[in-house]
Amino acid sequence: MTTVAVARRSPLNRAARIVAFAVIAIVLYDIVLFVALQQSWLTGSKALTGDHAFGVAIQQTINALSIGAIYALIALGYTMVYGIIELINFAHGDVFMVGAFLSILVTAGIFGQIPGADITNIPFLILVLTVALLLVMPATGLLNLTIERIFYRPFRGGSRLAPLITAVGVSFILQNVALVVVGSGDRAAPQVFPLNWQIPIGDAKISVLSIFIFVLAVGLMLALNTFVNRTRLGRAMRATAQDQQAASLMGVDLNQTIALTFLLGGALAGAAGVVWGLRFGFVRQDLGFNAGLKAFTSAVLGGIGNINGAALGGFFIGFTENLASALGYSRWSEFLVFLILTFVLIFRPTGILGQQLGDRA
Amino acid sequence: MTAMAAEPMLVVENVHTYYGQIHALQGVTLHVAKGEVVTLIGANGAGKTTTLKTISGLLHARAGHVKFEGEDITKVAPHVLVERGIGHAPEGRRIFSRLTVLENLQMGAFSRPKANIAPDIERVFALFPRLKERERQLGGTLSGGEQQMLAIGRALMSEPRMLLLDEPSLGLAPILVAQVFETIKEINSQGTTVLLVEQNALQALSIAHRGYVLQTGEVVLSGSADSLRQNETVRKAYLGED
Repeated sequence: MTTVAVARRSPLNRAARIVAFAVIAIVLYDIVLFVALQQSWLTGSKALTGDHAFGVAIQQTINALSIGAIYALIALGYTMVYGIIELINFAHGDVFMVGAFLSILVTAGIFGQIPGADITNIPFLILVLTVALLLVMPATGLLNLTIERIFYRPFRGGSRLAPLITAVGVSFILQNVALVVVGSGDRAAPQVFPLNWQIPIGDAKISVLSIFIFVLAVGLMLALNTFVNRTRLGRAMRATAQDQQAASLMGVDLNQTIALTFLLGGALAGAAGVVWGLRFGFVRQDLGFNAGLKAFTSAVLGGIGNINGAALGGFFIGFTENLASALGYSRWSEFLVFLILTFVLIFRPTGILGQQLGDRA
Repeated sequence: MTAMAAEPMLVVENVHTYYGQIHALQGVTLHVAKGEVVTLIGANGAGKTTTLKTISGLLHARAGHVKFEGEDITKVAPHVLVERGIGHAPEGRRIFSRLTVLENLQMGAFSRPKANIAPDIERVFALFPRLKERERQLGGTLSGGEQQMLAIGRALMSEPRMLLLDEPSLGLAPILVAQVFETIKEINSQGTTVLLVEQNALQALSIAHRGYVLQTGEVVLSGSADSLRQNETVRKAYLGED
């Protein structure tokens, strides 16, 4: 009897490979940027000299990581929902926007913070950020869950087009409600995290906020990963994503599992909303459209339905945008992002980490 | 025929089930008593799978009743019926191909969150030693026979009092077919009532107590396994004799 052992790689081994991949990718990006910044044919008159380019490259890499982390957090919600009910939840970006506004409500409303001032008292800063995350994440999670309950569930088992169009409608509803409540244009968000906290490396200054955003996002992603891969409910989610009927025959309550997926996705979008305000200092009612589009692109790029793919895609887009703007082509950044998306979809329609289709026996 | 004390464990009463406009079950009536192995035989499209799906709640009857252990379950959702003791190993195995063998079995016990499932997993591994060798492999990498074993083992993990098996021998090599039928007998002797849908009528009737013959959504014949095996029509239509 042949025993072809196709044993699964041990989780530790897998984690080590992911970390190694990430470190190599980051260093590689840093080197590319370092070289590119010195090319006068690329950057025009703004070409930098060696030392200076080295610092700016590191600074920009950290920036790329933090914006990538935000896209990744939002992208996870797109990919999880698609994975489980094959719906592109167009309202997801707007849930993120709501999260960003709710975060202002917490920092300004509860803690009386005003735009332009920051909190240098570290314990107080930790308190404010913790409370903001602990209030905003459940709130956006519940919002997303409610959207599913009211707008998507009635269509379950029917045509796939109807909930898709409804999702576009929900997106408009959220944007317009926000327009009525907060008005149009930029609304200043209190940047409670001090922007002048910087770590000097050479003549570059690395933003501590960017590091915080990156670490927070990675922490949430690890928590999500552990939940999905190591818990009973996470296993039920994966089973439901693969075969709803079979999962229900195991005793899985589909409504509950799908609701849980929306709850988690919404909570992650809420976390992204909180850090968005900290980093950019403004929020607007149509924020969800643009950020949502980038995050959705991240999910597709990484392989929609795949959680690791969404994270990878988010960082990939963060780096792509950063590369364009660091070299002085920020107006071309979206062109570049969608150009890459197009080519990935032409040559690898399932996305970078996408599953092969047709795995149902 | 087994003596019936009170009401049989499962009663399907004049059930009509539709797929949209298609009238798939046109008044199916059957029953299964506790401890029995009952088989449904019939050609493709006769309604065997639809009958099982109507019992386990994947489909709901538009008319008629399904009763399990005295309670009406006609409109009850599948995840609730698992908790009530109905296990369904569906057509086409439907194992989770991106979950490991062990995770598939753990999913099988999803309806028993507080139970210690280690002995149950050992029981499945005792029935199917091949699965133990492949414990950490993804379900999708198993051979057809192994997937079938996994599907049956997974259905057993919910500790069903009644097990619905849909074509467990489909696509298996003859030696595995014999093994699967042996296992079904074994499962039954351990106290699980079995309702078995099979194309392989001869094998099914050899282990069943009773059987029903379905044709275009109706029961056209029923009786003890022996009497069905002797029946002229059954022999011609389903046992491959001229």
